[in-house]
Amino acid sequence: MLIGTVVLAGLALGLCAVLVLTDRLLPAGKDPVTDRIESLLPRIQCAQCGYAGCRPYARAIAAGEADINRCPPGGEETVRQLAELLGREAVALDTTLGSANMNRVARIDEHNCIGCNRCVPVCPVDAIVGVQQTIHAVIAAHCTGCELCLAHCPVDCIDLVARDA
Amino acid sequence: MLEYTPDRRPTGGLRLPAHKEASVAQPIARGFVPRTLILALQQHQGPATTPVVSPGDRVLKGQVVARARALRSAAVHASTSGHVRTIEDRLVPSVHAVHRTRCIVIDTDGKDEPLPPGKGARWPQDPERQLKRIRDGGIVGLGGGVFPTAEKLGAHTPCKALIINGVECEPYISCDDVLMREEAEGIIDGALIMRDILSAPECIVAIERDKPQAIEAILEAGRASGDASLKLADIPTIYPTGGERQLVEMLTGEEVPSTHYPSEIGYICQNVGTAFALHRLVRAGQPLLSRIVTVAGDGVARPQNVDTPIGTPIGELIEFCGGYRGEVDRLILGGSMMGYALPNDEMPITKGGNCIIVAARSEVRQDFSERYCIRCGNCGTACPARLLPQELLRAARSDDHEMLDEFGLTDCIECGCCDVICPSQIPLTEVFRNAKFAHARYQRQHVFSAETQQRYRRHQERQRADARRGKDLQDNLRHEVETDEAARQRAIEAAIKRARQRRSHDADQD
Amino acid sequence: MAELMLVIVGAALVNNFVLVQFLGLCPFMGASRRVEGALGMGLATGLVLTTASGISYLVDSLLLIPLELEYLRLLAFILVIGAAVQLTEQMTRKLSPLLHRVLGLYIPLIASNCAVLGVALLNSTANRSLIAALFYGAGAAVGFGLVLALLAGLRERAEGADVPKPFQGHAIAFITAGIMSLAFLGFTGFVRL
Repeated sequence: MLIGTVVLAGLALGLCAVLVLTDRLLPAGKDPVTDRIESLLPRIQCAQCGYAGCRPYARAIAAGEADINRCPPGGEETVRQLAELLGREAVALDTTLGSANMNRVARIDEHNCIGCNRCVPVCPVDAIVGVQQTIHAVIAAHCTGCELCLAHCPVDCIDLVARDA
Repeated sequence: MLEYTPDRRPTGGLRLPAHKEASVAQPIARGFVPRTLILALQQHQGPATTPVVSPGDRVLKGQVVARARALRSAAVHASTSGHVRTIEDRLVPSVHAVHRTRCIVIDTDGKDEPLPPGKGARWPQDPERQLKRIRDGGIVGLGGGVFPTAEKLGAHTPCKALIINGVECEPYISCDDVLMREEAEGIIDGALIMRDILSAPECIVAIERDKPQAIEAILEAGRASGDASLKLADIPTIYPTGGERQLVEMLTGEEVPSTHYPSEIGYICQNVGTAFALHRLVRAGQPLLSRIVTVAGDGVARPQNVDTPIGTPIGELIEFCGGYRGEVDRLILGGSMMGYALPNDEMPITKGGNCIIVAARSEVRQDFSERYCIRCGNCGTACPARLLPQELLRAARSDDHEMLDEFGLTDCIECGCCDVICPSQIPLTEVFRNAKFAHARYQRQHVFSAETQQRYRRHQERQRADARRGKDLQDNLRHEVETDEAARQRAIEAAIKRARQRRSHDADQD
Repeated sequence: MAELMLVIVGAALVNNFVLVQFLGLCPFMGASRRVEGALGMGLATGLVLTTASGISYLVDSLLLIPLELEYLRLLAFILVIGAAVQLTEQMTRKLSPLLHRVLGLYIPLIASNCAVLGVALLNSTANRSLIAALFYGAGAAVGFGLVLALLAGLRERAEGADVPKPFQGHAIAFITAGIMSLAFLGFTGFVRL
């Protein structure tokens, strides 16, 4: 009885020691999960998921803090791909978050633009060109439809139009 | 002229019943002039032409009615004499489908009056000018792809071989066969002209084995020309050996990458009809005004091949061939494998219109019910592009774009072999055609997202750099002000001193 | 040498732990949705099986039998298996965080995988040498990984297939596994063990 207890306890302690050792000795791994998750997102930085950009959202998914259905421009397709990558069930897209859509681009109405330049620094991909006191314009080929510039225009001269128009 | 059989066997493909006996039984019908001409401004792959006539103008046969600017384009000519009725948008058949495009509509006067014999500008020696003449002569690929010949012959990669395509493997179509039988010398002449333009070391005429009269005629014309570099390749009667890429691979052993044209690896393919049109342009100064069209099917009274003026409404062509007979199910433009159904017979024959099948109800399959894939694997065996349609179907139906990429969806030539052979009647070609659209969109989005990410990274770097620069600038400014303060004081004192000196000097003066 | 090969073939195919002895069904059904995950799971279980069978053999022959503590076999083996699983989890976490994420809960569950305990116990009752015991564990791992990958491949195909509503999901997976099991019965008598 005593021998049995001693042997088991000794075994347990010995194994614990081995585990602690290996934990210390093995190098900490990099985290390619976040990179893989980010590569599946549309990366237009619209922030409609509630995070400051696509990479913070990817990090939150990797850490298990955010659900995978929070990206409106990515749509159901992105939810499905994320679910497949992470081995989870695909959930329905959260439609309350926003409507950012890559099929639409921003367009500045040149009659109303006052050249205040407030929209230029907001664009995450620098798709708006213009300097102070000049009429600004959106480079449609670069615009991602993230809708971040819309709220910053004081004369409300930015619209969303279909990309192929 | 050397006749040989290539040792490479074609991959995949099917032996199909030809249905060509009726249309080759008589010679080409010539002299047909329609009542109306509908000339599309764009009947080629490339930018549209610009009209140079207006409604009310009288035009003569061979007169330019629309000019082309780029080499990847071709002018349009009046196929017969008449008056321009209007210039408006019409539905016109194109390579894969019907599309709406601007057309010049001409009411013919039946006189078929040609342009007066002009100065007869000689065929130039300079290759640049030759290509411009080809463009202005309206010559495009008459095999169905309507690729502007001027652009093709002006290809920059040195040409290893010129291949003249007389294979015509698709059922029902026989226009190339009869052209070879009746105009072999013209075709050989055109081929040699092309060979000279390209400086190609070799010229191979490829003809399918089931056309013995055509082979005979071409051999005779080839021998008469005396050119030693001419060869005739005898091709097995399998569909789709006449496809450009399949033919190049069979004759040369080189596989054309799906993202490139054969001309980019040094092989130029031209249809026999295109060669003949070039011959007529160079020797008689006549632009592309007509082409041979096969009218076939049990639904037309007299199936035959007709030398048809470009722009002839299909209904009039069928009328010329004796009109409709019995219960007609549909009108197909093209062959039975890659052709498509037309919504009405008011559309014109364009430069690419090679065949009209007036299909009777008895000729068309009525049962289209699709059943489950039984994994028989026939589709993979039949595919000439060495793809696996079974896997592609699975990927297409589950929208798995990575898998579509992996299994090579973009290499599909839409020949229809897998579709025809499938025992479960799954509409494979249609699925792949639709999947290609979705796949192209996915690829664009993928590239767009990657580029967007790059732009965002650069945007962030720029902001950080600006912030740093702003801070540096401020630091520098502070520094200048400090040192300048001392120097500034000295400068101020020196200026005050100078002012005092001047004032005292002036005072002294006074 | 030939005997060792027979041990592996026997453990992997003839007496396949999943399809013939019906052990370890939980990770078999749980981690077989995607081939990538299945291969990872097979690898992880393989690692556990081999180390656990080796170490438990040593514990058995060096500690338990000499001290006449055979009655503690079960407890000791569970301890060893738990440690082996923990080691494997550490390694996956450090070397492939993605695999760790994909396998998720199933790595710790290897501890309760009856196949692992089964291998350990069968080794001790069969009186093998250390090398044979290790090979037996390796063979079991190979067999487990093999059938896991096979079922994952079939399940991926079943997803695109037209399965009747009542059979979709796990039902068709179990039926497929059953048919695979029938197929593996064909190995009977292949190797006399």
